[in-house]
Amino acid sequence: MRDVRDALMVARDSDGKLVRRPLSPHVQVYRWPLSMALSITHRITGVGLGIGTLLMTGWLLTAATSEAGFERFQYFLGSAVGLFLLFCWTLALVFHLMTGLRHLWMDTGHGFDEKDYHNSGIAVLAATAALTVLIWVAGLMIW
Amino acid sequence: MADIRNAPHVDMLRSPLGRARGLGSARSGSTHWWAQRLTAIALVPLTLWFIWSMLRLAGASQSDVADWLSSPVRLALMLALIAATFHHLQLGMQVVIEDYVPQEGVKIAAVLAVKGLCVLLALICAISALALGLII
Repeated sequence: MRDVRDALMVARDSDGKLVRRPLSPHVQVYRWPLSMALSITHRITGVGLGIGTLLMTGWLLTAATSEAGFERFQYFLGSAVGLFLLFCWTLALVFHLMTGLRHLWMDTGHGFDEKDYHNSGIAVLAATAALTVLIWVAGLMIW
Repeated sequence: MADIRNAPHVDMLRSPLGRARGLGSARSGSTHWWAQRLTAIALVPLTLWFIWSMLRLAGASQSDVADWLSSPVRLALMLALIAATFHHLQLGMQVVIEDYVPQEGVKIAAVLAVKGLCVLLALICAISALALGLII
């Protein structure tokens, strides 16, 4: 018995003859449209944000544990490395949020025309840049 | 002999409809997909609230954070954010691992490790938030 996945790759063509289902070409064959780049970046930022939850965990844990520990953690976040990590985290979070909204919109069956597909991608990039800058300008003013 | 084996042929007596009724190879149907959408929708307002709150708390001291979390509404939103974030994270990480790790054993081990880690981190975050809001 073959693997179930192999067995399911068999179908009938319009003449009723058994054929192996065609596979789409591998990813390297394609020119990279914006949507492909956004799609893989959505995944990468998702994994990155997963690592970023360590930052939130550290922040809450030190705050709940000791005053001195929390002050050390806040000092670290205010250092060059800390600010850099926070900036990457903000950028990834805003990007993932924007592409996520685009995916939810597409889940309702909208935005699949070639033009809409491309334009919503541009909108995601513009919104990500604008929101990230806005957050950091506000953040640095408050801090 | 090799030719016959490689020619397209049917060697399972299960229709695509039967497979769909059996909820597919993972036996859970669209549950995973649906849970990921629901947590995503919940995370849209929660994340915006979280960014807003973190901006207000930039450079805060421990007592500022405790004061901030002493409001039941904020503590509830924080706990909801923690639950939705880590649930969404482990669902997403599972898909990524399943897509890119071909070896079955390594795949299962990695998925279990990530899920376990997510549960632990979520518990640490939730207990810390509760301690800050209710005790300190």
